[in-house]
Amino acid sequence: MNRQSKDTFCLVFFFSLLVVSCQPTKPVVKIGLNAEITGEAPAVGASCVNAAKLYVSEVNQSGGIDIAGKKMPIELVIGDNGSKADESVAISQRLIAQNEVVAMVGPNVSSCAVPSSEIAESMGCLMISPWSTNLRTTRNSDGSFKKNVFRACFTELVETPLLAQFALNNLHLSKAAILYDISSESPNSAAHEFQKSFLQAGGKVVATETYTTGDRDFSAQLTKIKAENPDVFFIPAYYNDVPLIAQQARRLGITAQLIGYNSWSTSDLLKLDTGHCLSNAYFSNHFSLESGLPKEKKFAAQYQAAYGQPPDDIAALTYDTMGLVTEAIAKADSLNRKAIINAMAHIEFFSGVTGDFSFIKENHDPLKDIIILTIKDGKFIYVKTVKP
Amino acid sequence: MDYIAQQVINAFQLGSIYALIALGYSLVYGVLSMINFAHGDLFMLGAFFCLLLESIVPVPFWIVLPLTMIAIGFLGALLERLAYRPIRNAPRVSAIITALGCGLIIENITLAFSPYPRHMPTLLQNSITHFHGITISSLQIVVIGVSLLLMLLLDFIIRFTSFGMAIRALSSDRLMVSLLGIPGDSIISLTFALGAALGGAAGLLYALAYPVISSSMGILIGWKAFVAAVIGGIGNIRGALLGAYILGATEVISVTILPSTYRDLIAYSLLLIILVFKPYGILGEPPIQKV
Repeated sequence: MNRQSKDTFCLVFFFSLLVVSCQPTKPVVKIGLNAEITGEAPAVGASCVNAAKLYVSEVNQSGGIDIAGKKMPIELVIGDNGSKADESVAISQRLIAQNEVVAMVGPNVSSCAVPSSEIAESMGCLMISPWSTNLRTTRNSDGSFKKNVFRACFTELVETPLLAQFALNNLHLSKAAILYDISSESPNSAAHEFQKSFLQAGGKVVATETYTTGDRDFSAQLTKIKAENPDVFFIPAYYNDVPLIAQQARRLGITAQLIGYNSWSTSDLLKLDTGHCLSNAYFSNHFSLESGLPKEKKFAAQYQAAYGQPPDDIAALTYDTMGLVTEAIAKADSLNRKAIINAMAHIEFFSGVTGDFSFIKENHDPLKDIIILTIKDGKFIYVKTVKP
Repeated sequence: MDYIAQQVINAFQLGSIYALIALGYSLVYGVLSMINFAHGDLFMLGAFFCLLLESIVPVPFWIVLPLTMIAIGFLGALLERLAYRPIRNAPRVSAIITALGCGLIIENITLAFSPYPRHMPTLLQNSITHFHGITISSLQIVVIGVSLLLMLLLDFIIRFTSFGMAIRALSSDRLMVSLLGIPGDSIISLTFALGAALGGAAGLLYALAYPVISSSMGILIGWKAFVAAVIGGIGNIRGALLGAYILGATEVISVTILPSTYRDLIAYSLLLIILVFKPYGILGEPPIQKV
């Protein structure tokens, strides 16, 4: 090969490379999913991933999201945050900077959602948490809303006052005790909100005790609670602690009515409670298979067909979150992150599988009903819907 | 009165579990002057081994307990052979880092096989006795009883058998012992096995008393037991026992007197104060400087 042909070869090679790299890749809408697949709450991550995949396959079967007259399929980019705050931050950064997602769904657990929301704020990407009920997920420390962060569930501000009213007015119980995990974000604020509204509504809180994540022995705190003789015992704790607390409480002879909040609502709670210590306990939740909404029925049937098990609240909320994100993208009619956030901020009403959402007056937290469930014979049974 | 009696029982149960784990730390430290930070994870493996065994063949508690101890003891000896022996003469920091690494490896292997918290099957019928307003469950009695029995057994081995004598000799002078014809390596392996077996038994008892098990269950309690061993005087068997019961009692007492929010703050501040006055632990003796 002489010098000239060598140069020509190089040139041709170089241009062919350029052509290959400039080949338009099939346009997709990348949505990030920041989920708790391993760690303290793997059941949460599994439901979240399942529901998101179900939603994506449905949208993609119909061709995708309509953007500027062109149908684009959704590509889901999944990251495992291990239920850890630092990892969820790293995953958020990776999804937004490296994978270039146009919006992020998750994290679900508040201790991950709060730090991740700061990343979404600083990097200018829409984030919607399906399940985090902690106020600080969508709000700054001064109470104003974060521009880019929304959620699909009610907050403790909506949930625990309604739960306190239910205990006082429907169950006619007025002496409450509370035991909660002080080092965990969501149980902590649920306990405080409950205490405040229970007192305001005329009840008495006779004991407030705490423990830290990883504790398995609660007998010292429970012995103290028993001495105060409460008639209702509120346990805002994650599902792996609740059966142990209930078992030890019953063993020590605490007979009070047990009540809980949305962190109880996974079928793993029932699997861990083999002694049926949680029988007849009440808790508030986002979603029930028996609430009788037509959309919910259709979703439950599809989920059951795809995964062989009924959806839980995290699955339903993730499905609605994906719906919200898709609606915002379709409304924005572009893949520009700013336009999508702007479109999301203008959605006032959304009808999903967990009921009707209203985002009143630029509120980033929806106003929704709470659903009261009870546990009987190892099953969750629908009791009533409490309207705000 | 019943309130205080109930809290005493609570403290006793907590202290017994801490003691079984603390003994493992102390044994290993006594022989090698090394802190085996993977001990909490051997404790966790004790619970998982029992779960695995029960899912294959349902066997009663009195057979599971020795089997678990043998299996975890074997794993402990294996850990020593593969990870700690090659670096026995390296700086002490390397040994600690290796132990931490081994702990993480064990945790993550378990996590890969079982990311979900599991429910422990019921091996013992749990009957509850009410006695003058105090409630004691048969499980609590078994946990406390078996712990005490194992501790007495260990004390007997250390004080009255030739193996125990070899362990005590090793802890006072490792070089000299091998010169006298005692097989140092196998004694060290056996000591590791003994410590790990106690940790495994503690894991099993703990899982029976608090029947939700997960791969991270050994971390927090491992640290606490380590603290107990240091308070009692690390390297000293009776010190480990004393430290563990003191730790259990301080935790329960601080919850009883003050809001439970301050439990760890109060309990660990008290323990630090003990260390200020007894820097080698309550029963520990300062090492003799040889010139």
